[in-house]
Amino acid sequence: MKVRNALLAGARGLWLAVFGLVTSILLFVLTVLSICFIVLGVGLVTTPVAVRAVRAYADTRRGQAEAWAGVRIPTPYHPAPPAPRAGIVGQVEQCVALLKDKATWRDLQWLLMDMTVGTVLALLPAALLLYLVWGPVLALGVWKPIVRADGTFWFTFVPVTDQFTANLAAATGVGFGIVGLLVNPYLMRGHALLAAQLLRPTRERELALRVDRLTESRHDAVDSSAAELRRIERDLHDGAQARLVAMGMSLGTIEALIEKDPAQAKRLLAAARADSAEALTELRDLVRGIHPPVLAERGLGDAVRALALRMPLPVEVDVELAGRAEAPVESAAYFAVSEVLTNAAKHSGARRVWVDVHHADGSLRIAVTDNGRGGAPRPGTGGGTGLLGIERRLGAFDGVLAVSSPEGGPTMVTMEIPCVLG
Amino acid sequence: MRVVLAEDLFLLRDGLVRLLEAYDFEIAAAVESGPELTRALAELRPDVAVVDVRLPPSFTDEGLQCALAARRATPGLPVLVLSQHVEQLYARELLADGSGGVGYLLKDRVFDADQFVDAVRRVAGGGTAMDPQVISQLLSRRERDRPMARLTPREREVMELMAQGRSNAAIADRLQVTERAVAKHTSNIFAKLGLPPSDDDNRRVLAVLAYLDRGGEG
Repeated sequence: MKVRNALLAGARGLWLAVFGLVTSILLFVLTVLSICFIVLGVGLVTTPVAVRAVRAYADTRRGQAEAWAGVRIPTPYHPAPPAPRAGIVGQVEQCVALLKDKATWRDLQWLLMDMTVGTVLALLPAALLLYLVWGPVLALGVWKPIVRADGTFWFTFVPVTDQFTANLAAATGVGFGIVGLLVNPYLMRGHALLAAQLLRPTRERELALRVDRLTESRHDAVDSSAAELRRIERDLHDGAQARLVAMGMSLGTIEALIEKDPAQAKRLLAAARADSAEALTELRDLVRGIHPPVLAERGLGDAVRALALRMPLPVEVDVELAGRAEAPVESAAYFAVSEVLTNAAKHSGARRVWVDVHHADGSLRIAVTDNGRGGAPRPGTGGGTGLLGIERRLGAFDGVLAVSSPEGGPTMVTMEIPCVLG
Repeated sequence: MRVVLAEDLFLLRDGLVRLLEAYDFEIAAAVESGPELTRALAELRPDVAVVDVRLPPSFTDEGLQCALAARRATPGLPVLVLSQHVEQLYARELLADGSGGVGYLLKDRVFDADQFVDAVRRVAGGGTAMDPQVISQLLSRRERDRPMARLTPREREVMELMAQGRSNAAIADRLQVTERAVAKHTSNIFAKLGLPPSDDDNRRVLAVLAYLDRGGEG
């Protein structure tokens, strides 16, 4: 595994060095020239194209940093205006927006660094491995013609003049190789970290991005809680409240009838009692919709278990929680699970569902898996309004939702909400 | 018959005391919190306890927990749990020891005094009284359940009433059939659920338990 990683690092480094050097130089020169030519007018057209190319390239490298070295680099760019105006005004606006974005200049700095320090750092893993081959090959006799032609040949710091020094070179090469095997993955990580210095958002930009996200999720939270209040008001108004009014009227009539027509009064009493039972049922359902009793009494784990028992298909629940999260988090998680389970029961055609709830690394993690036919719409791609609702609900707590649902199944919905257990 | 009553809402507690006294029960104690309930159950050893799920000071499921603890200390201590809502999860916990003498009802069942008092008596006598809502939840989702699917519609009806804790006579009365017919149905049910012949009363509890447990597979 270690050897494989090291070899992989070498190959990737080589690719990064060669491809990176060429692309970085090309893009850097093109962008700088474009920006200079803005004065001449040509730049107005070419700058947005060049900058976008730089961004696409930087995004690719961000992806590689994560995939190859586990270094996550968030994207810092300001969102582009939804519909840029046509003509010269639009071009000017685009250029101004792009040039005002600090990330554009940081990208250019990164290109400059990537083609210098970056290239060297990327070449190192490959070079170390190449020495591993080159040293022994030299010692096998290849040194003879080279020395004969050029005199002393320097294998890094070893001057090769005869078989003995050639052997020494081979040993050094093997040494380099071993060092390479050990440090190559770290070199790749270093390379990614170096890129991250300039490719990730500045502290200021990071805060701005976070504020944007929070504003959005606050809007969602306010909207959904307002909608919820309207629903509760309507349910109370049309349901329990109406039944209580009916009951009051029945009781009034009974009062008048009780002596004149006891039989009729008795019938009305029975009706009034039925009304009160109905009102209670409706209130109970309403309470369950706002804050499920088991959730209040026992917390998330048992609430999900109780929920599973009410599902029309077998649900296996596995809970590992050392305490209780805050009430709003528990509630959001509960309703998210409820929605996902309802979806699974309604649409997936699953015969079995598994729910796994646990807390790790400061996050509440919930996975709901079913063995249905899959093909669930991703949130936000139309059709998936239920999932979108969950995403918004979780978003208010900085939580995230991921859906994996290939055609043919299985569907797996995972949720993660940062929180502490108390 | 001596009753210990635990209910934190004064009006309901008062109403329950009146109701039970009207039906010739002796109220040994009427308490309003979990710790008081635990103490009363340990000291007074009542014939039956009527307990609200949610009790102070925690206002969670303290009443249920006290009842379960008391039943662990005194196996078979009859407990009737009342709740604003009924959950299979809780029903299962109450029935888990299989010793009978438990009930779990919605609070509104108190509206029908005769039925409620009947339930208290059944529980005190070692029987069960499960709320029809718990049972109907179970029956409505048991389609996929093979042992359940093998029951005939009539047997399901009998099962439903039996799970509520009714006697053969009461079931016969309700379904307008003879008691012998009910006895035949119940023994068919026991056979289909794989319950060997033994003490008949206990088998009724086990049948309900078998139901609830099958819910656990799901």
